[in-house]
Amino acid sequence: MSRQTDFRKGLVHGIPIGLGYLSVSFGFGIMAVKSGLSVAESTLISLTNLTSAGQAAGVNVIASGGTLAEMALVQLTINIRYALMALSLSQKLDKSFCFPHRMLASFGITDEIFGVCASQTSPLTPFYMYGMILISVFGWVLGTFLGAYAGELLPPAVSAALGIVLYGMFLAIIVPPSRKEKSVLCVVLFSAILSVICYYLIPKLSGGFAVILCAVTASVLGAVLFPREEEA
Amino acid sequence: MRVSVYILVMAGVTYLIRALPFGCFRKKITSKFLRSFLYYIPYAVLSAMTIPAIFYSTDNLLTAVAGTVIALILSFFELPLIVVALSASLGAFLTGLFL
Repeated sequence: MSRQTDFRKGLVHGIPIGLGYLSVSFGFGIMAVKSGLSVAESTLISLTNLTSAGQAAGVNVIASGGTLAEMALVQLTINIRYALMALSLSQKLDKSFCFPHRMLASFGITDEIFGVCASQTSPLTPFYMYGMILISVFGWVLGTFLGAYAGELLPPAVSAALGIVLYGMFLAIIVPPSRKEKSVLCVVLFSAILSVICYYLIPKLSGGFAVILCAVTASVLGAVLFPREEEA
Repeated sequence: MRVSVYILVMAGVTYLIRALPFGCFRKKITSKFLRSFLYYIPYAVLSAMTIPAIFYSTDNLLTAVAGTVIALILSFFELPLIVVALSASLGAFLTGLFL
């Protein structure tokens, strides 16, 4: 496939991500300005970080005047899951993915982009990822700017309903393979049960850390109980 | 401390977490356990992120449940991601009108 075709395919696959980000980052923009940041600073954070939970935690650190070490540690804890995702994606890259492309595309490894990329059956090309990253970053940054700039203009019922967009997309990624493979279904259910337990019984556990704990436990169990045969 | 310094640290740490494994890991993993683990990880991550958070995503449990049910049904029939995502949101919005 040509670069243009790849890029366009990535753009199209990224539309739900961009739309979801637009609504989620809108909330982040409102929150950042409330915490005392300027519109420009809030937007700059979204442009350079591209991560929801990490940014929210980072704004808290800034607002409370925390140290830079605390900032680094908070980001490391919440975002370490991206290292797992990057490792997982590194296994399905096309040959055209040379080092500079890897360094550039790695910037855009988010939960959602990872989810869509991981569900592709063909090897990932740089321009496919760039298309998806471009539209996602666009939605994320624009939403932040709008939220920071004009936060309370959207009717509450609309902004509330937009909150489910990304989760709906997650379900659309995990349900079809769960239907086809019993092993995936087991891992998905086990991870969800653990997550519910963490959420209600260990509320002090940070969201990012809870996700790592649940996902790693469920995946280790899956790898032990249902080892996969070599794929072609 | 200047906000720009915070942002620099934030962005730098977050980028390195992504770039180091993605850029520097070149070998194909041969261990069957690790391959299986990495195959399951995305689904497990998305599952843990979605449940139970989806039920609190719309400020109202009922509208969220309505959206979730719609998303589950549509994704069971393998509709495109964007259709599932926006239908869930529309379903939650419409349910909210009747509450």
